[in-house]
Amino acid sequence: MSGLVTALFSGLLFGAGLLVSGMTMPSKVLGFLDVAGDWDPSLAFVMVGGIGINLVLGRLLLKRAAPLWAPVFSLPTATAIDGPLVWGAVIFGIGWGLGGYCPGPALVTAAGGGQALLFVAAMLVGMAAEEWLARRRALAQASCVGDG
Amino acid sequence: MHPFLQSLLGGLLLGGAALLLMGTIGRTAGISGIVSGLWKPTAPRGWQAAFVLGLALAGGAGFALFPSRFDAGDSAGVPVTIAAGLLVGFGSRLGSGCTSGHGICGLARLSPRSAVSVGTFMAAAGVTVFVVRHLLGGGQ
Repeated sequence: MSGLVTALFSGLLFGAGLLVSGMTMPSKVLGFLDVAGDWDPSLAFVMVGGIGINLVLGRLLLKRAAPLWAPVFSLPTATAIDGPLVWGAVIFGIGWGLGGYCPGPALVTAAGGGQALLFVAAMLVGMAAEEWLARRRALAQASCVGDG
Repeated sequence: MHPFLQSLLGGLLLGGAALLLMGTIGRTAGISGIVSGLWKPTAPRGWQAAFVLGLALAGGAGFALFPSRFDAGDSAGVPVTIAAGLLVGFGSRLGSGCTSGHGICGLARLSPRSAVSVGTFMAAAGVTVFVVRHLLGGGQ
């Protein structure tokens, strides 16, 4: 139960951070990405703050044996720089540059209705499509191994 | 407050949120991973839903208190918004993360995969904006 409360609070805090930073305004995001135009560099400071505090405190945190209410820290285990990583980032980046929304700000902004709701619906379809394709690929591979 | 300071403060807040999540239940605050985890829950049961509810509550409160933090005029048209959503959803899953999981959490852990991801999606997004605004002459 306490884990659910902190997850809720973390979501609230994360959303507040996105609002304060300006990430919820697609026009500001696109202004940040428009290096050749009237460039607005302020969103770079979101990364400075977010990465900075995690570089220092996150490092100390991960030195502990375990989190407060879970047996282990669940960290990503993949290390390969592979096609899916790069192509996924390319596809994601094109979508981000088209709409000015990434997933967090889209979810926060969708609470106000409007076009962000439409974006979130399309995003969920895109996620489901990727997972459906990945499952199909895995099945095809498994059957190849079985045949061999 | 200067926009740089606002963004810095916002970054500290969302970085703090990520620390809270990792420190209590050991999970990464990667939004695309959390959203796709809604339909394949991991322990503690329902944490992804609780986090997304928190995001939505922040959005609701923000919309009521600071409507200027939301774009009044929806800039992109409906077809572009749908295309952007599909690409963001598909790409973030294929590439194992987005601006939060790779851009904040992964970079702070000095993950080479995240460094490649962030460099790639920043470049792709920058090129896309350049093409839309300066070559096609559309946009805002």
